[in-house]
Amino acid sequence: MTANPPSAELATPDPLLSVRDLSVRFDTAEGPVHAVDGVSFDLKAGEILGLVGESGCGKSTLARAILRLVEPRAGSISLAGSDITHLSRRQLRGVRRQVQMVFQDPYSSLAPRWTVAELLTEPLVIHGVGDRAERRRHVGDLLDKVGLPADAAQRYPHEFSGGQRQRLGIARALALDPRLVVLDEPVSALDVSVQAQILNLLVELQRQSDIAFLFISHDLSVVEYLSDRVAVMYLGQIVEIADRDSLWRHPSHPYTRALLQAIPGNPPPSADDALKIEGDLPSPIAPPPGCRFHTRCPYAEQRCRIDNPALRTVAPGHQAACHLMRLS
Amino acid sequence: MSLLDVKNLSISFATPRGRLAAVRDLSFSLKAGETLALVGESGCGKSLTALALLGLLEPPAVMEGNGIFLEGRNLLTLDEPTLRSLRGSRIAMIFQEPMTALNPVLTVGEQIMEVITEHEGGGRRAARARAVALMEKVRIPDAERRFAEYPHRLSGGLRQRVMIAMALACSPAVLIADEPTTALDVTIQAQILDLIGTLKRENGTAVLFITHDLGLVGQHADRVMVMYAGRVVEERTAADLFADPLHPYTRGLIAARPGLGGSGRRERLMEIPGTVPGLGAMPVGCAFSPRCAFADDLCRSTVPTSIDQAGGRIACHHSEGIHDREPAIRRIGNS
Repeated sequence: MTANPPSAELATPDPLLSVRDLSVRFDTAEGPVHAVDGVSFDLKAGEILGLVGESGCGKSTLARAILRLVEPRAGSISLAGSDITHLSRRQLRGVRRQVQMVFQDPYSSLAPRWTVAELLTEPLVIHGVGDRAERRRHVGDLLDKVGLPADAAQRYPHEFSGGQRQRLGIARALALDPRLVVLDEPVSALDVSVQAQILNLLVELQRQSDIAFLFISHDLSVVEYLSDRVAVMYLGQIVEIADRDSLWRHPSHPYTRALLQAIPGNPPPSADDALKIEGDLPSPIAPPPGCRFHTRCPYAEQRCRIDNPALRTVAPGHQAACHLMRLS
Repeated sequence: MSLLDVKNLSISFATPRGRLAAVRDLSFSLKAGETLALVGESGCGKSLTALALLGLLEPPAVMEGNGIFLEGRNLLTLDEPTLRSLRGSRIAMIFQEPMTALNPVLTVGEQIMEVITEHEGGGRRAARARAVALMEKVRIPDAERRFAEYPHRLSGGLRQRVMIAMALACSPAVLIADEPTTALDVTIQAQILDLIGTLKRENGTAVLFITHDLGLVGQHADRVMVMYAGRVVEERTAADLFADPLHPYTRGLIAARPGLGGSGRRERLMEIPGTVPGLGAMPVGCAFSPRCAFADDLCRSTVPTSIDQAGGRIACHHSEGIHDREPAIRRIGNS
């Protein structure tokens, strides 16, 4: 299997997060699952990287591996230049201050018997930040930052609506002033009208600081709206990564093109370009040999069934992994 | 000819605190070969409506109205055995999560056969052949082999195809699709919606497409009803609705959605402040008034009736002057 080699282009000066050849494997009753398989990418300070792909593509596992919530099997993760791949739990504490996570379902990630004030001060207590008075002030600041009233502090998570609970999840992630927040489907469970409130909040937060977001979503419209750069995953691998505009205007991988065309209201430019992919995602337990997409790709030819293509540069800041794309 | 005519349908729940209305005064009709979308956020009453049309509401839900006419017969006056024979044969439904609607201990082929034999009788061999043919019709690859698979062995997309095969087994006049693709990935979603569209065209089925995703409606529906807090607030052709929505709630829904409202990258999205009111806390007057930027005393005191406007129906006191009040939103649909 060919790993995606880190190219010279990925090595921009001092990325905040640098992931190289990262692999995560789960052993299941039916055999090992290569959930993440040789993934490399960089994320700069203040940047929003969108990570898209369908269920089972490994995007959530990748996120958890970056936070070391699951252990990578191979590869490395560096944060602000230092390798955190093999840090002990104790050593990871310092890292956790800098990298935080927001989950899809805020309710299940907020302890139900704690008041909001307790939920928001817990990270500060763990990390020994401030005294009681300072922490109380900090809670007030956090609530204000995420658009919740000050009196929310004494209430419990169940007293809030879904959108307000997601604001709480974001406030908790921001408590330690992290440099990177990984958001895993943060608006997927919310109604459209509430989704807009949370997206506006994320944009505001990102404008106010140089915080970086790794924004994971299956919703391409939301990713297009929010991201500076976008990575597309398929069966554990990044098949295309590019600046948002470059990806939307010149998608190079057939899978990316199919995904973009599947966005409601985003028909192909002409009938010739229409690309309907057939069939289902293959099992990650037994991914197809060669290019993992070849079983669903209308263009696949012999070498696609044998060789797994590596990421290649198609344009500045734009890489894709396909044997058949035209290099410009 | 309209296959389904709903006249002034209301659904409420009997509670110790009195009746709580969940759907109010719903009227619409659905023609052969037409797809009508019923769009709204969670709790607006859209799924309850689907259950009512199938005669599947159970206490404490209470249904009232001037009739649900399926091919001329009023479902509100029929007894349960008659309703049961119509369900599946003349009106059928596909659900969001096929796994919960399929029987886990029967093979998918047997479940399709069951629908056929229950409604049409006939021998097992003929039913089996029909079942395989239906599986092929809904483009299940390798249908003969998949016939003997159990639901949990199939992917979400294939399970939804099995549900569609069951729903279509007796060529129903009306198909209700309640969030049929919400649990599916985007490329699979496109496949399933295309399939429903193709089958509708081939068979002249009328489709009621229930969804929370206004984005899906433009490509997959002819007409749209937008529902808020139990009432239809706007009914238009899909093209008109996106070109110039006239109810403030519809305008808000479109402008709130990245990719629909024409907002550029990280341009502030329009928010609809607040949340949907609970059934027990419905505002007096227009239910949307507490969240509406244009609400005045009239809105807060009087429920707006549905009026014919712009080739559709809109229930808003101010929809006729909406462009004077909110010129900025005209960019909707131009992007």
